[in-house]
Amino acid sequence: MESYHRNRRLFWLLAGPGSFWLLFFFLVPLGIVWTLSFGEKAVIDGQISITETEITWTLANYLRALADPVYLKIIWKSVWISVFATLLCLLIAYPVAFLISFTSPRRQAWLLLAVILPFWINLLIRTYALIAVFRTKGYVNFTLEWIYNGLWLDHLFGAFQPLELLYNNFAVVAGLVYVFMPFMVLPLYASIERLDRSMLEASLDLGAGQFTTFLRVTVPLTMPGIISGVILVFIPSLGSFLTADLLGGTNATMIGNVIERQFKAANDWPFGAALSFLLMYVTFGALALRAVISRQSGMPA
Amino acid sequence: MSMISIRSLTKTFGTVIAVDNACIEIRANEFFAVLGPSGCGKTTLLRMLAGFEIPTHGQILIDNHDVSEMPPNLRPVNMVFQSYAVFPHMTVLDNVRYGLKVTGVAAKEARQRAEETLEMVQLSGFGSRKPEQLSGGQRQRVALARALVKRPKVLLLDEPMSALDAKLREQMQLELARLQEDVGITFVIVTHDQDEALSMADRIAVMNDGKVEQIATPEELYESPASRFVADFIGKVNLLDGHVVGAGTNTVTVDVAHLGQVSIPHQGHASGTVSLAVRPEKIRMDSHKPDSALRMNGRIVDWAYYGDSSHIFVQPEDGPRMSVTIQNETRTTIENADRGDHVWLSWQPGDTLILDR
Repeated sequence: MESYHRNRRLFWLLAGPGSFWLLFFFLVPLGIVWTLSFGEKAVIDGQISITETEITWTLANYLRALADPVYLKIIWKSVWISVFATLLCLLIAYPVAFLISFTSPRRQAWLLLAVILPFWINLLIRTYALIAVFRTKGYVNFTLEWIYNGLWLDHLFGAFQPLELLYNNFAVVAGLVYVFMPFMVLPLYASIERLDRSMLEASLDLGAGQFTTFLRVTVPLTMPGIISGVILVFIPSLGSFLTADLLGGTNATMIGNVIERQFKAANDWPFGAALSFLLMYVTFGALALRAVISRQSGMPA
Repeated sequence: MSMISIRSLTKTFGTVIAVDNACIEIRANEFFAVLGPSGCGKTTLLRMLAGFEIPTHGQILIDNHDVSEMPPNLRPVNMVFQSYAVFPHMTVLDNVRYGLKVTGVAAKEARQRAEETLEMVQLSGFGSRKPEQLSGGQRQRVALARALVKRPKVLLLDEPMSALDAKLREQMQLELARLQEDVGITFVIVTHDQDEALSMADRIAVMNDGKVEQIATPEELYESPASRFVADFIGKVNLLDGHVVGAGTNTVTVDVAHLGQVSIPHQGHASGTVSLAVRPEKIRMDSHKPDSALRMNGRIVDWAYYGDSSHIFVQPEDGPRMSVTIQNETRTTIENADRGDHVWLSWQPGDTLILDR
């Protein structure tokens, strides 16, 4: 590696494309959106323009977002839905990742393939498929009705009432968990796979039971994987809009939907940009919180 | 009285027999070594003692209790792992008191015992350090302290020296032997290093291909190996093939191709084709024909100089190449002979062993 640093030309040849990409397709657009958040609709010939925006360095967009409790409420609700979806992902993914890393190498390859298989199908189609599963006459209700009737409960309590599984917070959480599950399983698998099995044996040998070993040895040693998984699920969940749009209906809006509406339907780019940056600050806050917590517990970042 | 009683212990993995009908009795306070080449089943045996593997057949009794299927966390046994397996997310002190904490020992007592044990392994003052700040040798002491603090009936050590350099290894061997005398716990060590086993253990079980070949003291193993494998595995040995032509009281007459008929003192039964075994350092090398029935002459073909001793290969006219070790007793010892020289080799009948082939 030493020679890469010494050979400047080679260094820039390798680092150049990536740096260029990040600068012109990430940092510059981000800067544009940031300046947009300090703009307002341009006034042309005494009329407020529908399409043109003027950067006037006004804080009105931020004030509007912070003053109207509706937006803060939606951000807060989005955070909670994302937290809940992330935790659910973690709870489901940990045993899955554990199981995969403890099976034979040949089976591991197949199981990992099964985990990433949903990526091969378009997100929109996957989400519509969930509607088919959860709707009033969907598979879940169909199965429940079959069990209900099979147990002769319809004779006792009357006909089966299908559950309302769609267009509420439950559907959004379920959709997010479904969509982001691989992002949780893969980093967890990577860290559990790297775990030295003799650590677990040492814990058992020293008198700890399986559960204590899990809490005091397995979880702390796989913490880097847990943290990566949580970040990889929480951040996209917080900004997602498609899942809430299709599964959430009107009463389960997330902040992503509000932002999308500002940019598209309302054509108010400055306000949409301000909301985007508020969301980003919340994300930064969450990341900073994680850094502080991990430093206190002495874990590597 | 036996502390550990291993009875007809067998472990198979699929079609592979890792441990084959092992029977070993280990006494209380004994320093016991299980020695063998890699893949001989010694680690599987140790893992069955610790409870990480369940025997396919047979029993393990520790202090007269059958523990064959007892989970590892309930056994009165602790282990020092080959990789040490010191928990990287805990300090040294937390590592050592972990085993006390999880079994409900009061915090105050746990701390006191942990500090005492750290002192015993000469790590007092290291309690607040993280394992990553320790050297390999220090990490091993943490692993040792962590196991000893539990006051187990038996301490198991899996290749404990394999990650240490030669100098530190020698020092740890002495220290481990001292520690074992101090704490008075039965130690069972698994190793592929014969020097380690010979220098530390009271008794050694030599394993090969899943089977226990011999259980004996270091002296017995070296001077009276029970099989060709043991003779060959522990130290170096010259083997000469022959067949038994007669037996007297306490002697056997063997016809060896390159020596003629020789009488060797031997206890017990011997018949048919056998091997004569003699250790390299038991052979004398002379330039004149010696006065001994066990002699042969040949040419020096190779000479390895080790400072304190030299290892010489002598090729007789016919027959196998002989290996001879001589002490470089004077500064001029090595000048007395050179490659290509014709020399006589001889040894005493009492230094010769008869082994079944």
